[in-house]
Amino acid sequence: MFVHYLQLGLGSLRRNPLLTALMVMSIGFGVAASMVTYAVFRVVSGDPIPQKSSRLFVPQLDNRGPRYNRNGEPPDALTYTDAMALMQARRAPRQTMLYQVGLSVMPQQPGRLPFKALGYATFADFFPMFDVPFLYGRGWNADGDEARAPVVVIGRQLNQRLFGGTDSVGRTVVMDDQAYRVAGVIDDWNPQPRFFDMFSSNGYADPPQIFVPFNFAVAAGIETYGNNSCGSGGKRGSDRESWLRGECVWVSPWVELDDAAQVQGYRSFLEGYARRLREAGRFGWAPNVRLRDVRQWLDYRGAVPPESRIALAVAIGFFMICLVNTIGLLLAKFLRRAPEIGVRRALGASRRDIYLQFLAEAGMVGLAGGALGVLLTGVGMFGIGLVFQPQIARLAHLDLRLVALSLAVAIAATVLAAFYPTWRAAQVQPAWQLKSN
Amino acid sequence: MDMQVGPILSALRRHKAGAVLIALQVALTLAILCNALFIVHQRLSHLSEPTGLDEANIFVIQNEWAGKASYAQLDAEARADLEVLRRLPGVADVTTSNSYPLRGAGWDDGIRLRPGQLTDTTGATVYFADEHFVRTLGLKLVAGRDFRAGEIGVMAAQDRLDPAQVIITRALADTLFHGDGAVGRTLYLAGNPATIVGVVERLQAQSVARWAADFAHRVVIVPRRLTSTLGTYYIVRTHPGQLAAAMRAAPAALVARNPRRMFDPRMGVLSFAQVRERAYESDRGMATLMGVISAVLLAITAAGIVGVTSFRVGQRRRQIGVRRALGATRRDIVRYFLVENLLVSGGGILLGVLLALAMNLWLILRFGMQGLSPTYLAAGVAVLLLLGQAAALAPALRASRVPPVEATRAG
Repeated sequence: MFVHYLQLGLGSLRRNPLLTALMVMSIGFGVAASMVTYAVFRVVSGDPIPQKSSRLFVPQLDNRGPRYNRNGEPPDALTYTDAMALMQARRAPRQTMLYQVGLSVMPQQPGRLPFKALGYATFADFFPMFDVPFLYGRGWNADGDEARAPVVVIGRQLNQRLFGGTDSVGRTVVMDDQAYRVAGVIDDWNPQPRFFDMFSSNGYADPPQIFVPFNFAVAAGIETYGNNSCGSGGKRGSDRESWLRGECVWVSPWVELDDAAQVQGYRSFLEGYARRLREAGRFGWAPNVRLRDVRQWLDYRGAVPPESRIALAVAIGFFMICLVNTIGLLLAKFLRRAPEIGVRRALGASRRDIYLQFLAEAGMVGLAGGALGVLLTGVGMFGIGLVFQPQIARLAHLDLRLVALSLAVAIAATVLAAFYPTWRAAQVQPAWQLKSN
Repeated sequence: MDMQVGPILSALRRHKAGAVLIALQVALTLAILCNALFIVHQRLSHLSEPTGLDEANIFVIQNEWAGKASYAQLDAEARADLEVLRRLPGVADVTTSNSYPLRGAGWDDGIRLRPGQLTDTTGATVYFADEHFVRTLGLKLVAGRDFRAGEIGVMAAQDRLDPAQVIITRALADTLFHGDGAVGRTLYLAGNPATIVGVVERLQAQSVARWAADFAHRVVIVPRRLTSTLGTYYIVRTHPGQLAAAMRAAPAALVARNPRRMFDPRMGVLSFAQVRERAYESDRGMATLMGVISAVLLAITAAGIVGVTSFRVGQRRRQIGVRRALGATRRDIVRYFLVENLLVSGGGILLGVLLALAMNLWLILRFGMQGLSPTYLAAGVAVLLLLGQAAALAPALRASRVPPVEATRAG
């Protein structure tokens, strides 16, 4: 019987091609607009490390005071002094500090030009904390942090470029005239947004290719490739050494805490640390600390670009208009067939039959609209590079899930939109219609 | 108009659904249209903002050093590079800086007017400059003088920023001194006093982001070459028509002098036109998106009105026939449907204005956008009224062709 309704629906759609085309286009454009913007939103609002995001925390410490901090919030990074103090305190099961580095890589083959490689100076815990996948070897161990040995963990792309993708553990990479021993090679790894470095990156960048020990990098005078924020009040220093000891923030801290008790413990440790600094005279204000987990941190740092939110909101509004439009057109279409309904009712069709018939017809419109929507979504995917940063646009893509979602949304929305017109159609009285014609 | 609105309203009351749907659609369309066009306007108004530079003849080289060297060595290298670039055919002048307008990021700092002052008077972009900076960029000095060669110092990023002299933009001078002469006065940059020796008419900040909009043209130029192991920017001005040739020749000449350097494949050498395009990429994209959405939206709404009005005409053929038989002219019938559309659209527009303002409020609170200008609201209202009338016209004309004899049909 349902197949019969589908056939009836198809026939009816063919009888009224203009109205049908309008509805299909309306649904198609609405679905495409929402799906394209949703695809981008999905990329930028996702959890970059779902398995651990509630156990990784950013400790923040106000070293600027109520006069200079921003809306009462501590700065988004630490001074070198505080970063070292937190590392040495070792109050979390795992902790790391990091800052961006950009080094010139000298290819072994003579005659080749040097090129830039970007990455991070960090501590041994970085790799297990962020579940970094290794292709060969592993990260350096805690001794590597202290020995200040020139070791490096390189990315898959750099390993391909330098060593043709072979196991390069133990081999040498020359960067900024310094020979580094390769400790490990990581697989493609580039969490989006780059939650661990929201201070210096906008959250979307090419995968980092080098990781070097933090203490070694600082001792070797490797400048930060990322941000350095000195604020308005604090001491800045007059040369590198006093800058390092001053109040400029440039180090991103992370700690891993396994349960609520540890989180509570770490928070009181931070407060105690700030209180001691006040007693020592460095801070002239009450402790002002934060301990945000990954999701809170991304939210606080505004990881989702405003373009994405605005576009999604506009697209949803657009889709709503398309739906209202579809309701109106379906109403026109269904009620125009009042005589036909009257005849069918007079011949014994129940209200339920009418419901089924017209909802099936709406479903067909939804299916066609969804198919058009998928097509337009595909076209839109090429266009998103115009609106969003290329790094983000690259990540958004049309996958099977999105296709299925487009079709499902189109059909569900159209059938939903058809309820009122169908109800109106089912109200048609058999006798009255027979008489009127 | 001698049209009776009363009968139209009572007819509408009897066929609420179609009217409500059209009104709702008009309301939503108006809300989105006004805000979308306003976003387009705001984004596009940035695009043509002048930087103060002689943009047509300028290109920028991002020079990154390979290997490790002392700051003194790096500065000597940079100066040798500047000489090489200066000797290239077609090159008018060359300077080196830490950044340039529209680059996106750079050095910002706080400006104060008194030594003991506790908070900044304003934030400002800091450009590092040598004695060629003002001439190379093509800036216009409106007061005072340019830097002298002897005033240019060398510093690393972590060193104290304490130049004895600075040049500022007129926008910064206006903020600090409210139109009084700025030359010869003192400001405090990063806590250190500096005398203002010159004022340039205009120079844009490195960031076009909205957070930087407040001090977009408040700039202080310091007589320092900033040396960094990370590299530096060379800004080159060519003679008219020589830009493309000089852009090709420059990297090769630099590599020939010293090959231990890198130019980023994407960002290494950019004409200022490319810089401008990159800076406003997302603005232009957003404007395009909003434009396309507005156009499709209007088309869909118009289609909806045509569809529903046609349906209403079809529903009331007999009623129209009766009116025609009772002496109504074809113009009366057309007018009836147009007034009906006006009433329905009018209701939708009232609701739409409220929705538009609510949406704008959300954009203001959430994204710090500006308040919707009444011009846009008025324009949106006018567009939708006209669209409604135009869309209703075809079905109305069809209705007017219903013959009076229709009144005699059964029903």
